[in-house]
Amino acid sequence: MPLTRPDLLWMYCTMLLIRRFEERATQFFLNGQIRGSFHPCIGQEATAVGACLALRRDDTMTCTYRGHGQSIAKGLDPQEAMAELLGRRTGCSKGKGGSMHYTDPAIGLLGENAIVGAGVPIACGAALTAQLDKTDRVSLTFFGDGAVNQGVFLETLNLAVIWKLPVIFFCENNLYSEMTPIRAMVGPERLTRRAEAFGMRSVLIPDAYDPIAVYETTLAAVERARGGGGPTFIEALTYRLVGHMIGDNEPYRTKEEVAEWRKRDSTVVFSQRLVAEFGFSPAEVAAVEAEVAAEIAEIARFAEQSPWPEPSEVGADVFA
Amino acid sequence: MTRELTYAQALREALTEEMTRDPNILLLGEDIGVYGGVFKVTEGLLAKFGPERVRETPISEAGFVGLGVGLALTGKRPVCELMFMDFAFVASDQIFNQAAKMRYMSGGRVKVPLLIRTQQGGGRGNGAQHSQSLETFFTHIPGLKVVLPATPYDAKGLLKSALREENPVIFIEHKLLYATKGPVPEEAYLIPLGKAEVKRGGQAVTHVSYSRTVMPALEAAEEAAGLGISVEVIDLRCTAPLDLDAILASVRKTGRLVIAHEAHRQLGVGAEIAALVQEHAFDYLDAPIVRVGALDIPIPASKPLEDVALPGKAQILAAVKQVVA
Repeated sequence: MPLTRPDLLWMYCTMLLIRRFEERATQFFLNGQIRGSFHPCIGQEATAVGACLALRRDDTMTCTYRGHGQSIAKGLDPQEAMAELLGRRTGCSKGKGGSMHYTDPAIGLLGENAIVGAGVPIACGAALTAQLDKTDRVSLTFFGDGAVNQGVFLETLNLAVIWKLPVIFFCENNLYSEMTPIRAMVGPERLTRRAEAFGMRSVLIPDAYDPIAVYETTLAAVERARGGGGPTFIEALTYRLVGHMIGDNEPYRTKEEVAEWRKRDSTVVFSQRLVAEFGFSPAEVAAVEAEVAAEIAEIARFAEQSPWPEPSEVGADVFA
Repeated sequence: MTRELTYAQALREALTEEMTRDPNILLLGEDIGVYGGVFKVTEGLLAKFGPERVRETPISEAGFVGLGVGLALTGKRPVCELMFMDFAFVASDQIFNQAAKMRYMSGGRVKVPLLIRTQQGGGRGNGAQHSQSLETFFTHIPGLKVVLPATPYDAKGLLKSALREENPVIFIEHKLLYATKGPVPEEAYLIPLGKAEVKRGGQAVTHVSYSRTVMPALEAAEEAAGLGISVEVIDLRCTAPLDLDAILASVRKTGRLVIAHEAHRQLGVGAEIAALVQEHAFDYLDAPIVRVGALDIPIPASKPLEDVALPGKAQILAAVKQVVA
C-alpha cells in the first residue's frame, strides 16, 4: 500500500521526536538525572519508524535496551517514557524498570530487554498465541547484530520455522556488537545466511537509513505472516551515530567513519526528501520541527516535575 | 470416594481436569506427546487434547521456555516441562531474568502465569547432571513460586492450584515418587500454595522437610516414637512462599528443630529456615538446630557412593537423637 501524506509526515515527526528525545535524555544523563546505563538509538530512527508503521497497535513487539525509539514508534507515551528514565512514579513502569525495560501491553510492547537475544523467544511466544487464537496478529522482535551469536536466538529461529509462526525477526545490523566489530565475530558477513540455514525466508535492507525501504520490506514480511506464510528474517543495515552507551569513547571505530554516516543522517535526509520528492513545503517541514521541539520541552517538564515513587512502594508488583 | 492413585496418575489427572476446564492451558516439552513424557505423566494427553495443546518441542530448553514467557504475557497458560531439573540451567535466563522479573520491571503492567513442571533428585544412579535438587536457586530469586509435592494427594491439589496461579511457578516433582501410591479423592479439591501440612503430629521435636524427604522423615519419626521421642513432621509443600508461621508454631511447642532436604546442605533452604527460626523464636529453642542434606559434592553415580551422598532415614534419625540429647 502506497504511503499517504500523513504516513510520511508521521514518519518524519516520529523520527525527529525520537532523535530529540534521546538528545534530551542524554542531557539528563550527563546532568546526573538518569542513573544506570543508557543506550541511545541516535542514528537508528529509520528502522524504528519504518518497521513500526508496518505494524498494527494489536501486533506484539519486543526490543532491546536500545529500544526507546522503537517503543515510542509503537505507541509508548513519550512522557511516560522520559519519566521512567528519571525514575519517577509516572514512568511507564512506575520507575521500577528504568531505561532498559519499557513495557506496555496496551500497545503490544512486551518489553525492552537488557539481556542480548532474550526478547526473541518472547516475541515468538506471543506469535504462537496469535496463531493458536486464529487471529491475524503478528509479532516482531528487534535485536542487534550481536544477538545472532546467542544460543537462544538460534533456537528460536528453529522453533519459528517448525511451527510457521507469524513473526518477523528484525535484525538491526549497526556493524558493532556493542564495542566490537561484528565482522570479527561471525563467519559469513551476511547475517541473513543464518536464517536461511534454518529454512527461514530472509531479506536484506541494504539502506536502513531509508525509512520507506524499511517500511516496505517490513510490510511485505508482516503481510506474509498475517496470511499464514510464516516467519521472515530481516537484516537491516544501519549505524548508530553515538556510542554504545553514554561514556563509550569509541576506540573501535574512526571519527571519519562516523562523520561519513552523519552525512547520511536519516532525520536530515528524509526532511529534504519530503520537499524534493514528496511535494511538502519547507514551511510544513519547519512546522514539524517546531512541534517536536515544543513536545520535547513538555515531555522534559512532565518528567522533571513528576513525583518520585514512595519508598513504601518498593515491595509492590513482584507478584500478581 | 477415595481411590489409590500413583503420584504420576494424580499429576495426569490434575493436568487433564485443568486443561478441560481452561482452554488457555497448553503443554510444551520434549517427548511429552506420543511418548507421554519420560516418566509418563502426560501419557494420553496428546490423544485427548491434540498437538496444538500438547506440543512436542525440539531439545531446546531456552527456546521453548522463552516462548512460554511470551505465551504467558499474551494470555495463555503455558506448562513447560523440563525433562530433568538439571536442564533448568540451560533455560535459566528465561526463568530468572525474564519470567521472575517481568511483572516487577513493568511496574505491574504484565503478569506471567508460566508453569514449569520438572522432576529432580537422586537415588537412581543417574549421575551428577541428572540427580540434583535445585529448589534453592528458584527459592532465592524473588518473583517465583516453588512447589514440591510429596504425596499423590498433594501432587494433584497443588498442581491444580499452580495451573490457576497468576505468577510463574516452578513445580518440582521427584523421580522416585512417580510410582508411589496414595489416596486421592474423586471429588475436586485444591491445595493452596504456601501452606505447609503437619504430616505427623508430635511434641518433642519439629522436623521440617518437603518432597521425597518427607518419606524417610516419617519413617524416622516412627522409629523415634519407639525410642520414646515424639517427632512432629511438617511438610512445607512449597519453599516459596514459605509457611514460616507453621514452622514457628511447631518450634514454639517443641523447642527443637531438624530440617532435612535432598538438596546440598550449604546455603540450602534449611540454612534459611534455621536463620529465620533463630530470628523469630530464639528464646523457644532448647537445642541447636540441626540440618540434614546431601553432601556438598556432585551426586555420584555408583550405588554405595550415592547412598552416602544423599540423606535418608538414618541421617534424619541421628539428627533427631542429636537435638534431644
